[in-house]
Amino acid sequence: MNGWVHRIRDSDLYWSFTRSKLVVVSAAITLLFFIGAFGAPLVAPHNPFDLASLELTDALKPPVWIDGGDAAFLLGTDDQGRDVLSTILYGSRISLVVGFLSVLFALVLGVGLGLVAGYAGGMVDALIMRLADVQLSFPAILIALLIDGITRSVIGQDRHSDIAVFVLIVSIGLSYWVHYARTVRGSVLVERTKEYVLAARVIGLPGPLIALRHVLPNVMGPVLVIATINLALAVITEATLSFLGVGVPPTEPSLGTLIRIGNNFLFSGEWWITLFPSAALAVLVLSVNLLGDWLRDALNPKLR
Amino acid sequence: MDPLLQVRHLRVEFPSRRGALTAVDDVSFGIAPGEILGMVGESGAGKSMTGAAIIGLLEPPGRISGGEILLEGRRIDDLPQGELRKIRGRKIGAIFQDPLTSLNPLYRIGDQLTETILTHLEMSPVAARARAVRLLEEVGIPAASERLDHYPHQFSGGMRQRVVIALALAAEPRLIIADEPTTALDVSIQAQIIGLLKRLGHQHGTAVLLITHDMGVIAETSDRVAVMYAGRIVEIGPVADIIKRPRHPYTVGLMGAIPDMSRKVERLVQIEGAMPRLDAIPSGCAFHPRCPRAIARCRAERPELLAAGSSHAACWLAGEVVHV
Amino acid sequence: MIAFIIRRLIQSVFVMLAVGFIAFAMFNYVGDPIAIMVGQDTPVEQRVQLRQALGLDDPAPVRFLRFVGNAAEGKFGLSYRTTEPVANMIAARLPATLELSLVAALMALLLGIPMGVFAGLYPQHWLSRIMLTVSLVGVSLPTFLIGILLILVFSVLLGWLPSFGRGDVVRLGWWTTGLLTVSGWKAILMPAFTLGLFQMTLIMRLVRSEMLEVLRTDYIKFARARGLTNRAVYFGHALKNTLVPVITITGVQLGSIIAFAIITETVFSWPGMGLLFVQSVLFADVPVMSAYLVLIGFFFVVINLLVDLLYFVVDPRLRAQDTTGRGI
Repeated sequence: MNGWVHRIRDSDLYWSFTRSKLVVVSAAITLLFFIGAFGAPLVAPHNPFDLASLELTDALKPPVWIDGGDAAFLLGTDDQGRDVLSTILYGSRISLVVGFLSVLFALVLGVGLGLVAGYAGGMVDALIMRLADVQLSFPAILIALLIDGITRSVIGQDRHSDIAVFVLIVSIGLSYWVHYARTVRGSVLVERTKEYVLAARVIGLPGPLIALRHVLPNVMGPVLVIATINLALAVITEATLSFLGVGVPPTEPSLGTLIRIGNNFLFSGEWWITLFPSAALAVLVLSVNLLGDWLRDALNPKLR
Repeated sequence: MDPLLQVRHLRVEFPSRRGALTAVDDVSFGIAPGEILGMVGESGAGKSMTGAAIIGLLEPPGRISGGEILLEGRRIDDLPQGELRKIRGRKIGAIFQDPLTSLNPLYRIGDQLTETILTHLEMSPVAARARAVRLLEEVGIPAASERLDHYPHQFSGGMRQRVVIALALAAEPRLIIADEPTTALDVSIQAQIIGLLKRLGHQHGTAVLLITHDMGVIAETSDRVAVMYAGRIVEIGPVADIIKRPRHPYTVGLMGAIPDMSRKVERLVQIEGAMPRLDAIPSGCAFHPRCPRAIARCRAERPELLAAGSSHAACWLAGEVVHV
Repeated sequence: MIAFIIRRLIQSVFVMLAVGFIAFAMFNYVGDPIAIMVGQDTPVEQRVQLRQALGLDDPAPVRFLRFVGNAAEGKFGLSYRTTEPVANMIAARLPATLELSLVAALMALLLGIPMGVFAGLYPQHWLSRIMLTVSLVGVSLPTFLIGILLILVFSVLLGWLPSFGRGDVVRLGWWTTGLLTVSGWKAILMPAFTLGLFQMTLIMRLVRSEMLEVLRTDYIKFARARGLTNRAVYFGHALKNTLVPVITITGVQLGSIIAFAIITETVFSWPGMGLLFVQSVLFADVPVMSAYLVLIGFFFVVINLLVDLLYFVVDPRLRAQDTTGRGI
């Protein structure tokens, strides 16, 4: 199994910090961030996705506290005249939405396949597990890229732009289903031999029903733990894909896109296009990680 | 004859949120050269802690908070780590319960042996290897010179414990602390290991502090035995005496719990209740809540070890003879 | 031992075939190569001719075998984007990626292991706590962000290191290396660090936690009870036992460094395979994509095989499973 998922779980630093006031501060920041991101349409001063509202004359304005800044654009603008602050908010929203949905997709797919593999056994099981093994040797980012490339090739570039977000969700989800499948399959194999399952079979309940109603609840604990780690990874993957230019379409920039645009302007002095989204992304990822940790501690029966 | 090891009023404490917990409470005893002293008691009675304290391997935050430990007349409980290290292995050795985990699986037996030998004794590597072969032969491992190059997983459980004993004896210590050396072994192997320990002890003149909860092992090997309860020694004396004529009610209970093949017994004697937890040790005599013969004084005052026949018992009623 | 090697080799071949199959599927069924290679107004007859010439009408198994055969010889067809032979494109950029990956891996090991050992031996030390904090950053932040931050500090603000390119490279036959020039080293430093940071923090945390566990074992307790010196206990026994599980996990991670190079190469405009791959995704240049897949698969398989062999060499318990040597 890809050992690094387990290693991130060994978050003893979080443990030592969760005893301090830092937790309260972090929680507050996280909450603010989530509210800002999801409430973007209400909170943001501009809508950077509304192409009609952009003016090129507003382009490359510095943050408000520097000469040439404009109070309407607190953190400056990018090369298309988009307000950096608003784009950060809307972009975070996309990142979070993509993150959650892709995790959901991976979860459903992985749990489903895991149940099938564990319960059906035999060739089906072997096939699914072989597939899982092969996929695990490749990093998620590679798989996401491949799927994206194939999609572009199959449906053409223009149609791809239209449904880019969906493609993104599917490709990220497809990169991460394996851990769920393996865990669920392992649990199914264990639960299958337990008495309550045998009893259900004696009564005559059909296999799939047993799997869904009896085995599944027992398996959801570790699955949720994986999901919390997965969320942070999904957000990072989306940001990376957008940074590489294969994520969200350029007309609906997310944090990764902004950072990429800003990368071209680093040396010419318009540093704000990169710095603020970078900081925002860092805070977002750390918050998601913290959220994941709390969830994990809350779900961990040993700590109660 | 001067005792080899002298423990006086030893106290071992663990700081905890509810104050310090005393795991070993004012324990005193001595071991003569070449003597085998058994230390028996339930889990948690403080036997292993005593052993760990003597060899200086108490796990923090546990620490020695009082008393003295003297080896050959010199205090060793207050030595700095560097000095203590030189004593370990050379003067005092130790063997632990599980032979499977006591040996490093990645190193050959021979290397582990020669390493220990060369750490303490001045000799050439060739001589050290020869000595290692002799040690293995002594503990009864056939084809010793080939087995030197084997790894621990290539030995069976009983053989591994023999290797462990060889390692402990490698630098010829005067005292060995054996903490439950046979508990993890099959019953048939246990007898062999016990016999080996006894024979080696006599041959090398090595004293042994044999810590175990198994009275049978003590009966087979030890010269004297100390019975521990709730961190205190409640009775100490020659093995035969303690078994036949126990004075302390706890020891009486212990002996009564052992089935006697010679008599028909309806029920095994059971001592009511359980040994108290470290944070709830009763006042006075720690055993008094479970003792069928407790008097008022038992609750008020903690008894010292009083002479009773040829042994000592920590009981206010020790003077009276008790039949099993 | 021989049986083990043969078994693993067979496994590796299977994995390669599986990867090859996926690449083949991509290559042949995704998009229409003819449509992409020729213009819109090419008449149908010419297209049919082209199809036959390229053997696109042959049955699937034949095409698969041809694909495998070509792949084994290093021929991956022509790029849709540049119409150059894919193999040439990759060969030109392979040295850049491999050098970057190797330097990154070395950095990860040379920095990660000592830090982990230190943090394992002295867990309460303030340095250990700092290391843990930094490692947290390394694990949670996206690679490209770290790269950009480094560029901001060392290129934009301080101007010490270049932010793109490989510097001056030296040609050695088919290979180009940047490791023989000062500017080459200056150019590789930041990308390698960025690429290796994730692995470095992983290794550090892994070594630390392994070390802490090993120090609690009975055999370490017994080693101390035998009066062995601190050096023997920590750096003889504890370290060796710590490093054994670290080897496998690290080895597998090192394989993924080559793939992660995609991101780093983009940030630093490093002319390697990863950058090529990203461009091929953007342009739906399937031949390049599938070639890259096969190559990466090959690297993974080789590295995994080597790591397994290494594990075998290092842990005597594994060797015993093949022999009949048993305890008495």
